[in-house]
Amino acid sequence: MKKDIVTSAIGILVLTLVFGILYPLVITGISQVAFPGNANGQQIDVNGKLVGSQLIGQQFATQVVKNGKPQVDKNGNPVTNPDPRYFQSRPSATVPPYNGAASTFSNLGPNNVATEQEISANIQAYLALEKPYNPGLTAAKVPVDAANSSASGLDPDISVANADIQAHRVAAVRHLPLATVMGLVSKYTGGRGLGFSGESGVNVLDLNLALDRTKGARA
Amino acid sequence: MTFAGWLTIVLFVVVLTALAIPLGRYMAAVYTGERTILDPLFNTPERLLYRILRVDPHREQDWKAYAKSLIIFSLAGWLLLYFILRTQTLWNWTGLNPEHFHSAPWNVTFNTTSSFLTNTNWQYYSGETTMSYFSQMAGLTVQNFLSAGVGIAVAVALIRGIVSRSGSSLGNFWHDLVRTVLWVLTPISFVIALVLVFGGATQNFSHYLSFNGPTGLANSIAMGPVASQEAIKLLGTNGGGFLNVNSAHPFENPTGFTNFVEMLTVLVIPAALVFMYGRMAGNRRQGYAIFATMMVMFVGAVCVAYIAEAHGSPAQHAAGLHTQVIAGSTGGNLEGKEQRFGIAGSALFDVVTTVTSCGAVNSALESFTGIGGAVPFANLSASEVIFGGVGTGLYSILLYVLLAVFIGGLMVGRTPEYLGKKIEGREIKLVTLALLITPLTALFSTALATASASGRASISSAAAGTPQGFSETFYAYLSQANNNGSAFAGYTGFIQPNAGSLGSHGITFADVLGGFTMMFARYAPILFALAVAGALAGKRVSPAGLGTMRTDNPTFVVLLIGVIILVGALTFFPALLLGPIVQGLTGHLY
Repeated sequence: MKKDIVTSAIGILVLTLVFGILYPLVITGISQVAFPGNANGQQIDVNGKLVGSQLIGQQFATQVVKNGKPQVDKNGNPVTNPDPRYFQSRPSATVPPYNGAASTFSNLGPNNVATEQEISANIQAYLALEKPYNPGLTAAKVPVDAANSSASGLDPDISVANADIQAHRVAAVRHLPLATVMGLVSKYTGGRGLGFSGESGVNVLDLNLALDRTKGARA
Repeated sequence: MTFAGWLTIVLFVVVLTALAIPLGRYMAAVYTGERTILDPLFNTPERLLYRILRVDPHREQDWKAYAKSLIIFSLAGWLLLYFILRTQTLWNWTGLNPEHFHSAPWNVTFNTTSSFLTNTNWQYYSGETTMSYFSQMAGLTVQNFLSAGVGIAVAVALIRGIVSRSGSSLGNFWHDLVRTVLWVLTPISFVIALVLVFGGATQNFSHYLSFNGPTGLANSIAMGPVASQEAIKLLGTNGGGFLNVNSAHPFENPTGFTNFVEMLTVLVIPAALVFMYGRMAGNRRQGYAIFATMMVMFVGAVCVAYIAEAHGSPAQHAAGLHTQVIAGSTGGNLEGKEQRFGIAGSALFDVVTTVTSCGAVNSALESFTGIGGAVPFANLSASEVIFGGVGTGLYSILLYVLLAVFIGGLMVGRTPEYLGKKIEGREIKLVTLALLITPLTALFSTALATASASGRASISSAAAGTPQGFSETFYAYLSQANNNGSAFAGYTGFIQPNAGSLGSHGITFADVLGGFTMMFARYAPILFALAVAGALAGKRVSPAGLGTMRTDNPTFVVLLIGVIILVGALTFFPALLLGPIVQGLTGHLY
């Protein structure tokens, strides 16, 4: 008994040093040398200023300003409207949307009224934004990723079908040829992992930053 | 459903089997003291560890001594982890708490500590708003290694009991623990962590990023040493995410490639242990029979989940969405799922982590369809024997094997024997107790939580008063009792209005009931399993005769599957009807 207690006490301290300190330090050291970009969260700079991470989705929206005052909701989060110059990410359950420091999913059940209301609201918002540029668009044609919130609340990707619909709006608002925008969409479409694992998707931040760099974009 | 989706599932099964067979051979060598390829690397650290720990690895322990070492070591781990988590701010000098988070309250910490000790990794906290890097590393990562090591040690001890030819020894706990963490867990998690960083995962000690996006909105992004913890969290079937949304977070699981690697990481040891068992039992066909049993049930679960999720949910259809596959969109129930994993990658991942005791998720289980969500329920109801947790899966299914042998023996009117050892009253009593404790704990805790107002306080507002609310509650205690740790995550034990613990509080009822549920349902079956091992160790082996029931052929596989389903169904079917099944049978919205 006493021997077990001594061994356990020493053991837990020694093993904590090995697996709690040494192991993560070694992995961090190797990662920082071998894959510094990945290890530091795939940060993206524009003109030397950080604008986000390639892996973490963002909300491409502008804060509503009323009487010269930026509007906030009762929790102090900005009230925003989607910025039509940009491709829009999927709905997000974090507060505020795409809060990279507090990931969460919606936890909405499959048979809940609240789920149906949430999805309906997402469809209406999508139609309000896209239908003027896609006259034939109806709820039945909205891609599921545009109406359902993601697991992380930080999904960096949208489906190709979703991007193709939004391309019409972005091209019109930016006065770009549709072919140019579609070209960028396919350029930033990632394939499946190893050719079969998962789904292809379009990285929204990459795509939007590429649009900002595109000549002739009067945005 | 897509061709790529089904291809992913087929390739996963093939690659998993191809990896598990050689790993099983290697692990058999590790525990029987044969030479292995990694001996030159670990022989010296091993000897050094024994000297520091003051143990003689060759001192044989009977089941009581083995259990005593295990329990005392676990207790020491519990105390240190609770201390580290509660004194989070004391460690700010290390620089590993860049966001200056305070400790979570005592009740949440009680739950978290019990959770990580028992290999459950149920989380009533959100990683990136509660835990410092120091707590994650020195506290949680350490128990990810050690709780996995303890589980495997118990499985090895039970195997020794079954195959021993004389005496009452089950080996030595410290020897099994040290060899597991050094020879098995360390090298694999080392490689997997680096593969994950290569694939895009994060590994740093930085402050959270803070910036303005292209449209000028301010935002911040959580950072941290994610990959090192991710690797062992999966490999040790622990499952507690570094970040709140677990393996759905792009920093934990950035691509379809990492998703595939992560799924393999979860199942490779549980599958390899089965092949290891066949070798240690001196009859590899015994291992193949168990592997076949597990694989049949696993593939069945995957198919049901994939088909159900690809079909979409009643809420989607009521809102007017069309959920079939169209060009450029995967369709299906994408609520709470990531675009890069799609339906197949999400359904497969969540089946992989609920058949094992991993409990990591890459999508929101709560948002799964009724039938899709019934799959994780069913996996848990089978007491985590479809591969199961590292070690726990093997020792649990071996207990089921003994039960099946006993039932088979009754049916043919012969004294039941397993590998030449008579299975008698004492063993069957212990086996039954071991197998019934987990379901009973789950049902008892669920009943308490459902029937009391303090229990119902944990249900999410959208689900209150609906079958979904019952599903949340039932899943919470089923998951904790099975040491799984996945959740219908609307159910909460921690109210946290701000990042950090200031102004937040735990829900004592859920935290404490959950904590005791996890510990009771972990350590009681371990004690019974070791007792069974002790009872079998001393038995003489009689040669197989004409009337001996074979335990390595398809007939026995069918019998074993039957017994597992029968026990699970009889225990859980009424409760399952009230939650997921009723929702799966109707398009009605609540």
